[in-house]
Amino acid sequence: MLVSDLTPRALRQQLHGSGLRLRTGPVVTRVRSRLDSVADGISLHYANHAAEDGAGFADFNVSVERPQGFRRWIAPQVVFNVDDASSFAPLPGDQGFPMLEWGLNWCISSHCHQFLIVHAAVLERGGKAVLLPAPSGSGKSTLCAALAFSGWRLLSDELALLDPQHGHVVPLPRPISLKNESIEVIRAFAPRATLGPVVRETLKGSVAHARPPEESVSRDTESALPAWVIVPRFSPGGEARMESMPKARAFMGLVASAFNYNVHGREGFRALTRLVDAADCYQFSYGRLEDAIPLFDRLG
Amino acid sequence: MSAAPADLVRFSLREPERLCEFSPSSWELLIRQARSAGLLARIAVLLERRDLLAGVPPGPAAHLVAARTLATAQQDEVLREVAHIGEALRPLSTPVILLKGTAYLLAGLPASLGRTFSDVDVLVPRDRLAEAEAALMLAGWATTHPSAYDQRYYRRWMHQLPPLQHIRRQTVLDVHHAILPDTARLKPSSRRLLEAAEPLEGHPGFSTLSPPDLVLHSMTHLFHNEDLSRGLRDLSDLDLLMRHFGDRRGFWDQLLERSRELDLERPLYYGLHQAHAILGTPVPPSTLERSKRAAPPWPLRSVMDRLWSNALIPDRSSRRSMTPVALFALYVRAHWLRMPPGLLARHLAVKATMQPR
Repeated sequence: MLVSDLTPRALRQQLHGSGLRLRTGPVVTRVRSRLDSVADGISLHYANHAAEDGAGFADFNVSVERPQGFRRWIAPQVVFNVDDASSFAPLPGDQGFPMLEWGLNWCISSHCHQFLIVHAAVLERGGKAVLLPAPSGSGKSTLCAALAFSGWRLLSDELALLDPQHGHVVPLPRPISLKNESIEVIRAFAPRATLGPVVRETLKGSVAHARPPEESVSRDTESALPAWVIVPRFSPGGEARMESMPKARAFMGLVASAFNYNVHGREGFRALTRLVDAADCYQFSYGRLEDAIPLFDRLG
Repeated sequence: MSAAPADLVRFSLREPERLCEFSPSSWELLIRQARSAGLLARIAVLLERRDLLAGVPPGPAAHLVAARTLATAQQDEVLREVAHIGEALRPLSTPVILLKGTAYLLAGLPASLGRTFSDVDVLVPRDRLAEAEAALMLAGWATTHPSAYDQRYYRRWMHQLPPLQHIRRQTVLDVHHAILPDTARLKPSSRRLLEAAEPLEGHPGFSTLSPPDLVLHSMTHLFHNEDLSRGLRDLSDLDLLMRHFGDRRGFWDQLLERSRELDLERPLYYGLHQAHAILGTPVPPSTLERSKRAAPPWPLRSVMDRLWSNALIPDRSSRRSMTPVALFALYVRAHWLRMPPGLLARHLAVKATMQPR
């Protein structure tokens, strides 16, 4: 059953009760929340995701709730709990859905060591995946959203789950997190993208999420081998330029972007060297998405 | 399902072969409880050694494999770290005794199976402590507690230097000169521990405590600890240590004898009885009986036994209503045992009013 098959009432019943068992790629999360913003966010952004039967196994048990106490009447907050213990400082009251998203990222990146996890966006076309590793603020998510709405299949916006043995990327299609100016940029570039409400004054500024395209969710069991490693950099007003990058530098970039490279030891080193050996590595700078996307379409 | 939900972790340590009977919801609870108890990787390794990991459903299996991978990485790091420590302390030409998990790992004991690490613990003779600290500082270790109060607290009253952290590798090292604070009620002699220490084969310059001392230290640590969130993990270490050494001729008599020499009869009583009761450790009945001499007097004894069994079994989502009470009572007790009341009151007053750093 898909989340969109649930009536708003049934969805709330699950979220208020024993939890909605939400599948995102290889991860099933049991989500509980009494907040309308979370229910609405899930029904909008996860419409095409599977809501699994309640009795099965869940990888993580999370909740987003208002903390008890006097403060809830004056300046309400939200807390994210994993397994009934809160792991993060509370956030202001309207940040429930972004907090769920950040919390899920944290659960996956700090526990799913069956994967080598790289902070990177991943998209696929013609069976070949492109990896966009980059720190926040590099225009990675903007580029990722633009590609996802230009015929590339979204595997992940934030977390590249690499199988360390076989080298493929396991899809984890989840809402694409857009910050500040890039919200309007994507609205203009991809009018058919579904964006949620803008949440202001978060730790990352204004944040809005884009729903992952339906096809990327329905094909979330099809993994792909990386054929390109492209380190993006947004340069306002600049031309789009794709320059070849030495493999050693691409390798070091992946190491720096990895969440758990140290956990995988020698096997992690082998996995990343194999990856850059098999991939074409580029450094890419761009000022306008309209110039950027054609360069990606000309790859391979 | 034959196991009571509250006891899933304990059940899987005792009878890993029966985990294949688990329902998805039991697996889910087990993964959560085992993770918060720090025992996920150990359960993974216990299953792997019985060739049962392949039979675990894919959902929970992924978490077991992930936890085992993390534990292996931590163990590799500890091995590298010990080599660095050896290099730094070589000029001292004094034996360095590895303690707790570090010792289990370097000695290849079963208690290191799937064990996770947050730091390395070593013991050096007290009169060599200053030299050891200087040598470590030269090699890049720096204190993690620079405030004047913390420095004095550790150096005057505790059994270790303030924890050190390596400035480049960020690894944490605890350098001990004793196994209990100077202010504690019990006074195990560090001299006796050092005299009985055994050189570690294949690791020149390093030793471990003798087998009975290793077990007694593990018990002392567990039953003086104010934070019991990893209590069952420590009890499982003890269980694996005693199963390993228990077959040696004369081991149990040595253990009783040694507990008298080291003033550790009370921790031995708790350790033997709780490991036996909770994890089924095969302690000979006569040893259990003889250790009772050091048990607290009735009715305190039955209260303490209840408190320990409540505190040592993971509480998350269990229906044992006493657990928070037990944990708090044992938290107070641990402080009580570590320091005389006047000093403890002073320390807590300072800690409560100090600016958080």
